[in-house]
Amino acid sequence: MNAPIKFYQTGTFTVGNRLLAPEQRSVQASPERSNSLNSGHRACQGCGEALGARYAIDAAMRATGNRLIACNATGCLEVFSTPYPETSWQLPWIHSLFGNAAAVGTGIAAALKVKGREQVRVIAQGGDGGTTDIGLGCLSGMFERNDDVLYICYDNEAYMNTGVQRSSATPPAARTATTMAVGPRPGASFGQGKNLPLIAMAHRIPYVATATVADLHDLEAKVEKAMGLRGARYLHVLVPCPLGWGSASHDTIRLARLARETGIFPVFEAVHGEVTAVTRIRRRVPVMEYLKPQRRFAHLFGSPGHPEMLAMIQAEADRNIRRFRLLEASEA
Amino acid sequence: MLKQIEGSHAVAEAVALCRPEVICAYPISPQTHIVEGLGELVKSGALSPCEFINVESEFAAMSVAIGASAAGARAYTATASQGLLFMAEAVYNASGLGLPVVMTVANRAIGAPINIWNDHSDSMSQRDSGWLQLFAESNQEALDLHIQAFKLGEELSMPVMVCMDGFILTHAYERVDVPAQAEVDAFLPPYEPRQLLDPAEPVSIGAMVGPEAFMEVRYLAHAKQTMALERIPQIAAEFAQRFGRASGGLVRAYRCEDAETIVVALGSVLGTLKDTVDEMRTAGVSIGVLGIQSFRPFPLAAVRAALQGARRVVVLEKSFSVGLGGVVSTDVRLALSGLTLHGYTVIAGLGGRAITKASLARMLAEAVADTLQPLTFMDLDWRIVGRQLEREAATRRSGPIAENLLRDVGAVASKVR
Amino acid sequence: MLQVRIHGRGGQGVVTAAEMLSVAAFEQGRHAQAFPSFGSERTGAPVVAFCRIDDREIRLREPIVAPDVLIVQDPTLLHQVDVFQGLRPDGYVLINSKRSFDELGLGDIAQRFRRDRLITVPATEIALKHLGRPLPNAVLLGGFAALSGLITLDAVAHAIRDKFAGRVAENNVAAATEAFDYVKRCLQGLAHAQTD
Repeated sequence: MNAPIKFYQTGTFTVGNRLLAPEQRSVQASPERSNSLNSGHRACQGCGEALGARYAIDAAMRATGNRLIACNATGCLEVFSTPYPETSWQLPWIHSLFGNAAAVGTGIAAALKVKGREQVRVIAQGGDGGTTDIGLGCLSGMFERNDDVLYICYDNEAYMNTGVQRSSATPPAARTATTMAVGPRPGASFGQGKNLPLIAMAHRIPYVATATVADLHDLEAKVEKAMGLRGARYLHVLVPCPLGWGSASHDTIRLARLARETGIFPVFEAVHGEVTAVTRIRRRVPVMEYLKPQRRFAHLFGSPGHPEMLAMIQAEADRNIRRFRLLEASEA
Repeated sequence: MLKQIEGSHAVAEAVALCRPEVICAYPISPQTHIVEGLGELVKSGALSPCEFINVESEFAAMSVAIGASAAGARAYTATASQGLLFMAEAVYNASGLGLPVVMTVANRAIGAPINIWNDHSDSMSQRDSGWLQLFAESNQEALDLHIQAFKLGEELSMPVMVCMDGFILTHAYERVDVPAQAEVDAFLPPYEPRQLLDPAEPVSIGAMVGPEAFMEVRYLAHAKQTMALERIPQIAAEFAQRFGRASGGLVRAYRCEDAETIVVALGSVLGTLKDTVDEMRTAGVSIGVLGIQSFRPFPLAAVRAALQGARRVVVLEKSFSVGLGGVVSTDVRLALSGLTLHGYTVIAGLGGRAITKASLARMLAEAVADTLQPLTFMDLDWRIVGRQLEREAATRRSGPIAENLLRDVGAVASKVR
Repeated sequence: MLQVRIHGRGGQGVVTAAEMLSVAAFEQGRHAQAFPSFGSERTGAPVVAFCRIDDREIRLREPIVAPDVLIVQDPTLLHQVDVFQGLRPDGYVLINSKRSFDELGLGDIAQRFRRDRLITVPATEIALKHLGRPLPNAVLLGGFAALSGLITLDAVAHAIRDKFAGRVAENNVAAATEAFDYVKRCLQGLAHAQTD
């Protein structure tokens, strides 16, 4: 806990904030930050999830005065953060199973309540696999009961830790080990997949938000807002995975920003099932710019490539922009 | 206080007396009345402080219990049959993490074919999980074992399953003595966790353990169950001293002192066996009954000590290892290694088939005459089994097995063509 | 040991009847065990429940195949299910019907048992009168108390109040009491007929 915090250069300007008033600076800019996910973990170079988890948990620790307990689903984050006999976590942390993070969170929250220690808060976290697939039953139960848990999903759009297999969060056309880029319709099928933020909204829980690792202030603000509320809350964070996406490790944050700017990943907040705020696209970009740096979409390009699939992806991004009103009226 | 109540309600009252802090269960026959009873106690405020959580599956039930226990709360759940299997991953997780959850298993058969009636296949399926498994002979014992289970589990930091026969015990109205709250409080202190999720002292629970330490971690669970072999009789003795009756322990012998033949069994069938054995004793047969209360840890030494003087041992069990034979009898045989005696395995009561005094008397007479098969399926209708096997030999598309058998038994109307 | 078998259809409170009987026996300081037959239950299907009463702990746990007492809550079962199977020669039979044994077509069967231990009670009618619903279970227990003397009416009333609350309980007690009186009168009538 007394070790000096290392600030790694990330290729962004988000950490410094020297021109901002102190109270406007990010949690990450502060040497006092809890550094909940300590360095020394075994994540890949450029891992979006490690970044997202550190951002989110540090923000939550500040918001709760370090009164926080985390439970983690099986997955990359759990595996690279606790290589026996070490742990990178500097807060109380439990890993139970793959599909039960939300239920374990429910149990911890119940114990705290019964013991009159409700000022201690609970975060349950997992990847897309543990959230949208195997963990959906427990997650829905936690939402439905409005248990006092913030669930954070770090979405890298496949089962990465076991070798990049497809999950219900895998986007159409993406290559994974179980949706190979072969045959007449290469990559993940169109017409499948779940939108967890919308599912969360359908439960009408107090707070649902999406975020990416490209916008630190936005992510921290959403975590802070969530921790200021009671009841079931859900945060869905897009976290690029260089290994699984076939992207350069220095492109993690850039790709996350492109996901937002293309309209592929709408960034918004919802309260009790209604969208209350969106992050507008600052400079709209065609989906190709987001897809091209990722080898998981390589089969869409070249000759002949798959221009029809590219068009379908663009159409979906257009639909998101319309539906969530991601452009200013003048730009629409 | 003496009461005439349903077994499920007796268990609910016992659990409530243990001051559970988090109760999380999913309904499944025949456990429903236990959880409903506890739910009512919490909702009315009679059981407080306590969080009662209506979970969405048995997997969630055990997971919520894991989270609650890790955060320092006394956690309880209940299930049976399919539900126990559905939570199997979490069952192993709870014992692997060393969390002292107490769970009632209202013993019920596992499908297919779907069957809601009693046998021990559910508990037996989890016998290797690391959970302690205690079996109740009566509703009084079921009530008492829950109180002992919390004490035992929390001392050792291991989870405990209290097994009671579904319907036969859970749905039977019987006289029970429900202890007073003060007595239970004196016997069962508040839960002091060995590990705790606490911001004041952060720990990481549930790390991956590779080949370098996994065997040691698993061995420690075994070491704790070995300690339990000592602790279980001690706790039973403390219980007897405080509450004035014998409940629990490792084994309980009935008229075994000079018995030539001893029948070994678990659960409620022990009552019927005792009545049967009394009649046989009156007729001059040298026979006794050994009840096993603690199935895990399996009391090898105590079982050996109780049986070694007998000439023949009959293990009567409501469990079945397909492809081998008995489950309990295999463990009993281990206890008897090296001894020379006749051993018989009798599989009975699967799927809730009634075990009658008449059938037991017939079977035991054969055992005593040493004309019993080493592996017997009591009251099995060989005729309809034979018919099905003939059917399958005759044609490939022989149809669903259960439907065929039920038609032969007369339980299903004629086939619609 | 006294073994009671209660027959009826799902929805008629057969299981509750057995439970109340066990509570009545408990009230009189005896040991009692009550349990249903665990068949697949659905409204209208034949249901059986059992009750054992003894002065020592009851260890036996098997369905009652040789009952000392038979209570039949639904006479439509009489020619569908062999309710009399295993009944002891000196057993008690109480059938919910306003017709007599002979009128029910049970004259031959009745010959095998003791005439002063067989009775029919219009329990459904009594129940409708006091409860407004055709639930004959508590009513028949009142009748059984009179028929056998093995359970007191007071104990039955206590068991009813243990199971039900308020007006429902009191109405059931009243109905059970009417059945008790009815059976007492029938028995007196039988005794007079026999002495004539």
